[in-house]
Amino acid sequence: MFRTLLGPFARFFEFHAKTHYRAERHSMALAGGILLAASIGGFIEIAPLFTIDDTVEAAPDMRLYTPLEQAGRDIYIREGCYACHSQMIRTLQDDVDRYGPYSLAAESKYDHPMLWGSKRTGPDLARVGEKYSDDWQVRHLADPRALVPESVMPQYAFLLDTPLETESLPGRLAALRAVGVPYSDAQIANAASDAFGQAMPDSDRAGGVLDRYGEETNLRIFDGRRDRLTEMDALVAYLQILGGLTDLAARTQPARGEN
Amino acid sequence: MIKRLTIAERQTAMLLSVLIALAGFAMAVIGRGDPMGVHGWIVLILAGALFFALASALYEPEPTEDRAVSYYDDPTKVGILLTLVWAVAGMGMGVWVAAQLAWPDLRFDAAWSSFGRIRPVHTSGVIFGFGGNALIATSFHIMQRTSRARMAGHISPWFVLLGFNLFCIIAATGYLMGVTQSKEYAEPEWYADIWLVIVWIVYFVLYIRTLARRNEPHIYVANWYYLAFILVVAVLHIVNNLAVPASFGAAKSYSAFSGVQDAMTQWWYGHNAVAFFLTAGFLGMLYYFLPKRAERPIYSYRLSILSFWGITFFYIWAGSHHLHYTAVPEWVQTLGMTFSVMLLVPSWASAGNALMTLNGAWHKVRDDATLRFMMVAAVFYGLSTFEGSFMAIRPVNSLSHYTDWTVGHVHAGAMGWVALITFGSIYALVPVLWRKQTMYSWKLVEWHFWLALGGTVVYVFAMWNSGITQGLMWRTYTESGTLAYSFTDTLVKMHPYYIARAIGGAMFFVGAVIGAFNVVMTIRSVGHQAQQLDYPTGSEANEPAVPAAE
Repeated sequence: MFRTLLGPFARFFEFHAKTHYRAERHSMALAGGILLAASIGGFIEIAPLFTIDDTVEAAPDMRLYTPLEQAGRDIYIREGCYACHSQMIRTLQDDVDRYGPYSLAAESKYDHPMLWGSKRTGPDLARVGEKYSDDWQVRHLADPRALVPESVMPQYAFLLDTPLETESLPGRLAALRAVGVPYSDAQIANAASDAFGQAMPDSDRAGGVLDRYGEETNLRIFDGRRDRLTEMDALVAYLQILGGLTDLAARTQPARGEN
Repeated sequence: MIKRLTIAERQTAMLLSVLIALAGFAMAVIGRGDPMGVHGWIVLILAGALFFALASALYEPEPTEDRAVSYYDDPTKVGILLTLVWAVAGMGMGVWVAAQLAWPDLRFDAAWSSFGRIRPVHTSGVIFGFGGNALIATSFHIMQRTSRARMAGHISPWFVLLGFNLFCIIAATGYLMGVTQSKEYAEPEWYADIWLVIVWIVYFVLYIRTLARRNEPHIYVANWYYLAFILVVAVLHIVNNLAVPASFGAAKSYSAFSGVQDAMTQWWYGHNAVAFFLTAGFLGMLYYFLPKRAERPIYSYRLSILSFWGITFFYIWAGSHHLHYTAVPEWVQTLGMTFSVMLLVPSWASAGNALMTLNGAWHKVRDDATLRFMMVAAVFYGLSTFEGSFMAIRPVNSLSHYTDWTVGHVHAGAMGWVALITFGSIYALVPVLWRKQTMYSWKLVEWHFWLALGGTVVYVFAMWNSGITQGLMWRTYTESGTLAYSFTDTLVKMHPYYIARAIGGAMFFVGAVIGAFNVVMTIRSVGHQAQQLDYPTGSEANEPAVPAAE
């Protein structure tokens, strides 16, 4: 019984060992074998994700990051926020109860790169947008332990004093378009002006932001300073839109206990 | 070192350093006002310093000895010293990072010193700086000994070693300036990535050319693993780093992939960086230094074949276990989990093969701390691969993921396996390379061993406790069906474990400093002794390169 069951395996290992014995006398045969063995998994497991359509749900109402939000996202990456904060609510009851509807693939389809994270030294931020006021976010970033005494988060007060560099924004949006984010020519050309306008609602540049990104766009003085556009403006604008690019998740996942 | 190159080789090296310095100058000009410009200056200064060092020795007399009768060990020696420099720097950074989580005010107020910026300096410093240099240096040693042939070339090993260190320096300084792609363990930006591809191609060519010169019909096991390490890391690196720069005059780039596809590509890379950087290469080290030190042949050739191809084939599938319960399709998660569990077979076959090799030499393990480093490394390899397969099971992962349990698991592997096998190999290698009778102090090797083992155990236990505690608190409900603990409640519970972790890490760091001191004192003050039979030979009459199988 055992003999018949294990027979094919024994023959396979015998064949495998003999083949290897021949291959290990030729360095390039060994190299070729390694590449072959190591590529099979990638082709079967990863390549289909690019071709199977229902991997990412359709989200027709999804909007793009504004230049200011994208600049904030770049600061989020620069400061390594992703090392401690995930942006991925799992399909677990306690994740959903703590952070909101579980994350959908569509919600990060414009995220180059994704920031799902791997560690929650701090809480998940996938739906932190509009959960706290701008003022709370600014004060918390400047001195986390003033608001949350137990926090171990680093303080980022310097963002309040660092003017936001906007010159490179058209180039950044163009690069994002090259990798698949559908920014229009007008959005790219006006990126610097739109970044300013979004954080300066009284200025004459504010109107264009709503024209190009929709009436729902947050048009506010995020950092509380009227005199200049800072990196704090950008980062808070980004945090406040997290989870807010589409309401697909809220529409498809009825909240628990609401009926 | 330079005097042992011919004048023609010195000129080639000067030409290369001029080209690299010019590339640095171009980066400095085009990227002015951006961190890329600072990187340009760093490249220019380092390549320029190398150029002047070469120029000052250009007309020294040429070497007279016959090169064919000896191995070329100069790059290996420099590689070992660089390994120790990165060990102290990377682990020191780790202690600081750990301390910041226990006492956040240790961040001070500079922009560059926050956890988010210095954490990748620690991870890249130990993985690439310490681990990468150790792999390159030991591979140079092993490829020559197991082929019984001198390395193919005198410039290319230096290009690989110094080029790789330039990559590490660009990476580490970049993080401090906020240059990062945010992809874990693949953070360096596009120009550093392109540079690494060039270095890596030269590395592969050097390896294959040296194997082609071999005086042994068969390629020894250690070389299979080094080859897998070089080849697969190249594929992973190129695919995961595909990106479009926002401008060719600035560091910032955007990944070619987004969302689900990016997550899967990143963790295909991330997990196989563990597999082919932190496992395959170090198994190569284990397969050479452990039998040499124990003076016992590898227990089973068949088991070596089984585990090698098992690791090469199974690991590639396992990456998606980092994405359980996420928006990645469920069939991908299930595949990742299945292969992660199957991976236990080849992993334990390797660990078992190593431990069985020690049969008949256990008294040496008791007496010789160097061999004990290697034995304990094999044990930790077995433990952390078991833990890894366990944590890849979906319900277990629902508890462990996002918590310190993951951090503890990684460090069981990184400290217990990677660092211990490296230190054991260094202690075995240094007297051979520098032609010394012995290490400067065997007592210091003992001290290092116990500090490293103790530090690892303290670290891992602290992280198990904090990870499982936090995972359980997150999912605890009150009787009325609401979550019992806020996120900040869990932070309070973490604090003592974060202190314990910093202490464990500090112990490990002190051990590394002692090790570096011991190596330096060995080079400086221990008497000369030529090694027997440590030269290339085509004759089978001499001892085989590694103890022959029975």
